[in-house]
Amino acid sequence: MITTTKGEMDESLLHKSEGSTENDREIISWVEYRLDDELVHRSVHVVLKQSVAADGVAAAIG
Amino acid sequence: MANAQAMCTSFKGDLLTGVHNFGTGVVRASTAADTFKAALYLASATIDASTTAYTATGEVSGTNYSAGGVTVTFGTAPSTSGTTAFVTPSASITYSAVTLSTAFDCVLIYNSSQSNKAVSVHTFGSQTVTAGTFTLTMPVNDASTGLIRLA
Repeated sequence: MITTTKGEMDESLLHKSEGSTENDREIISWVEYRLDDELVHRSVHVVLKQSVAADGVAAAIG
Repeated sequence: MANAQAMCTSFKGDLLTGVHNFGTGVVRASTAADTFKAALYLASATIDASTTAYTATGEVSGTNYSAGGVTVTFGTAPSTSGTTAFVTPSASITYSAVTLSTAFDCVLIYNSSQSNKAVSVHTFGSQTVTAGTFTLTMPVNDASTGLIRLA
């Protein structure tokens, strides 16, 4: 069963499509289910590869 | 052996656990970790390094999304490796059964125990979700990829 905008629906009644993209910072994968041409479910999974860093600097004296 | 100018690595780690205070700090009720949350923002919002605290302005809205977002689990204490201190949530950040119809591309991590003060901003490819789940899986918790790093 798939959670949709119309409630729980049997997956066999829906058209499923999937995709993914990847770059240096993330991998994004998504899955969509459509009833006829209507989008009734879309889930997204983002995998972060790395994130923010701050530099700690000790200044020279003199 | 010779002396070497440096920011002490232990200090970087201590910053992540609130040990040092050079100014007017906050009174802590205990030594327990603060509670952090993750809020999602529209692609049209302006959340960046100048953001000082959580704001509802530009935040996503939709079915089953609560303003302020969800709690982030930091089950592993900050640590250091080499000269870098780092910390990463120990679980994915998940928004379940949500419908977010307007494109969003940003999550703000903020400290809900300390007046919702901002911690970090993370962006990703613009998305929408329909009656589905949005999951943010964390990078490897090390000195090279940890979510929050003081290098």
